Amino acid sequence: MGKKINNALNASVRSPLQKDDKRTDRFVGVVLLAALYVVLFLLDNFLPQNSFTLMMIPVLKKGAIYSLLCVSMNLLNGFTGLFSLGQAGFMLLGAYTYAIFTIPVDQHATVYQYFDGGAIQFSIPEAIGSAIGHNAGSWIGAIIAIILAGIVAAVFAALIGIPVLRLKSDYLAIATLGFAEIIRAVFQWSGLGVITNGSNLLRKYTNLASMKIGSLSFATMFPFLIATVCIGIIVLLINSSYGRAFKAIRDDEIAAEAMGINLFKHKMMSFVISSFFAGVGGALLAMYQTTIQAAAFKTAMTYEILLMVVIGGIGSISGSCIAAFLYTACNEWWLRFLDSGHIGSMSVPFFRDGFRKVVFSVIIMVIVLFFSRGIMGDKELSFAGLVRKFKCRKAAKAASVEAADTDANNTKEAE
Amino acid sequence: MSDFISANLPYLLAGISVGGQYALIAIGYTMVYGILRLINFAHGDVFMVAGLVMIYTTASLPMYVSIPIVLVATVLLGFLIERVAYKPLRSAPRMSVMISAIGVSYLLQNCALYFTGGLPQTYPSIPWLSNSVEIFGATTKMVTVVTPVLTIILVVVLVLLIKYTKIGMAMRAVSRDFETSQLMGIKINSVISFTFVIGCFLAAVGSLLYFTNYQSVIPTSGAMPGLKAFVAAVFGGIGSIPGAVIGAFIIGICENIIKGAGLTTFSDAFTFVLLIVILMVKPTGIFGEKATDKV
Repeated sequence: MGKKINNALNASVRSPLQKDDKRTDRFVGVVLLAALYVVLFLLDNFLPQNSFTLMMIPVLKKGAIYSLLCVSMNLLNGFTGLFSLGQAGFMLLGAYTYAIFTIPVDQHATVYQYFDGGAIQFSIPEAIGSAIGHNAGSWIGAIIAIILAGIVAAVFAALIGIPVLRLKSDYLAIATLGFAEIIRAVFQWSGLGVITNGSNLLRKYTNLASMKIGSLSFATMFPFLIATVCIGIIVLLINSSYGRAFKAIRDDEIAAEAMGINLFKHKMMSFVISSFFAGVGGALLAMYQTTIQAAAFKTAMTYEILLMVVIGGIGSISGSCIAAFLYTACNEWWLRFLDSGHIGSMSVPFFRDGFRKVVFSVIIMVIVLFFSRGIMGDKELSFAGLVRKFKCRKAAKAASVEAADTDANNTKEAE
Repeated sequence: MSDFISANLPYLLAGISVGGQYALIAIGYTMVYGILRLINFAHGDVFMVAGLVMIYTTASLPMYVSIPIVLVATVLLGFLIERVAYKPLRSAPRMSVMISAIGVSYLLQNCALYFTGGLPQTYPSIPWLSNSVEIFGATTKMVTVVTPVLTIILVVVLVLLIKYTKIGMAMRAVSRDFETSQLMGIKINSVISFTFVIGCFLAAVGSLLYFTNYQSVIPTSGAMPGLKAFVAAVFGGIGSIPGAVIGAFIIGICENIIKGAGLTTFSDAFTFVLLIVILMVKPTGIFGEKATDKV
């Protein structure tokens, strides 16, 4: 408690400096983002494909999608203190909504082959595409379908939230987990097959490869664009008065209520918004995977995202993003060799399929047990802060050297 | 009425048997939650590991050796998990302990994936338990009859243990008030370890019975029974052993009757609907004590 007050005092004392920091950070952030987009654009269109980029591009796409999912989970678990495990359920809702509304009409017969071509006989990208051209249609259609995916997830969250958000910590966790399982079961039910295709795959919908302008591809850039916008909105929300109310609820519910914060309203808001972005993330994941199946949205998926959030630091947006990229890169790329059975040409006895996952889970347990603050703790990445820290350290070193010098001089004079 | 019963008897019998198996897992959840206020997400995976250990030991050892080995190995695993993953976090916020439990569950599942290579492993048939018997015209395995009887015997023994022994008294004290019992000279660490030992022992027995029925083990086959057993524990009132057993039987029977009605997809969903209904209507469960929130 004392530490918190201290921090608050420091913040108020340092405010002019921090404003400066913020400006620098914003500037550096925009520059870096612009550079990132240039690189992504080059990667998509002009750089030659070799084994290196073939490994890197899926990691980048998936990393961007998972950072959005992590940040949306962090909003709920890290900033509002609601331990919810329903993420996979909302992702499923988003992914299915997106896929159902973007399957081209003439593909319905093949996709819904067991359900007479399905019940919904239109596709948003096609409807728009017929009016303003195919390419623009798939862009605008995909974006509309993504927003729709978020809205469907949010509506379900609002319905589910009414009973569930009255529960306390672990009961909330198990109830949201239960809801995710119920949603998964319902989507696999053949009675709804005309809409959800039962337990069969949904495919042939607009995916990342159709994100083009002319002959220029934006397949890698698209998830980054959506994720940047969504994470930006979440950051703005967290820094607003609502965000402060969320943090107050996290730190002490009773005190927050005493300060006049409507607990249920704010919890519900956080839950609905987080689910909205989980739905958007689910839609992006559907785009990335090109086929989806309800059976894949298991609790393990939620656990994976939760573990990413923990690695990044509960309550840190930048931490979540870093962890999402790090986790995806390790999982899909850097630690692949653990599964292959050899390093270079040397064969290693324990390395075979699945060893990567074991190593991974051991690392995660070590982080959970010994570095429970994760990479960033509850702080944000700040370039100005980093620079200042570096300068401070230098200055401190210089000061200590000087002090030692004067000390030495003093003793000399005394002699 | 008699038509209904004769049509549903196989499902009813299967339900009672599965219910007994859930009950054995649910006791582990309810006891750990009663003492540590922790949903031990790894408990279902411990149950799965017990199944795998059985498969690997029977591959080279006779049945009468491998069953004790399974029981001992599972108990050791539970003990180890508690010491390594939960004990260091005793004063940490509840969320961290829960995340640690999820981490352990992830670790156990991945280890199982590594050792099995992702292929379903066939569970050995235990001689006497796998025999088929006929009850009221319905053919079923011996394990269906044995499970409820064994479950009830084990539960009675456990309740007597908790009521009349010193360690049982210590467990009740710790679950009532963690800190005060520590001040009264109870070694809470050994009490907590003992709780995990009992829970894992029962889970191992449950896995012997459960997998005899289902015959194959995959890395995630512990997750669903685990969650259902937890729901049973909540339904019966968390912390109450008879409650967990009754809840488990109700869930097992309802689930199988739903399966019998041809709605297999919803048999899992039903459990969670039940959970949400019970949490809304009577959050303390059937036999739970009313908890007062202290500000």
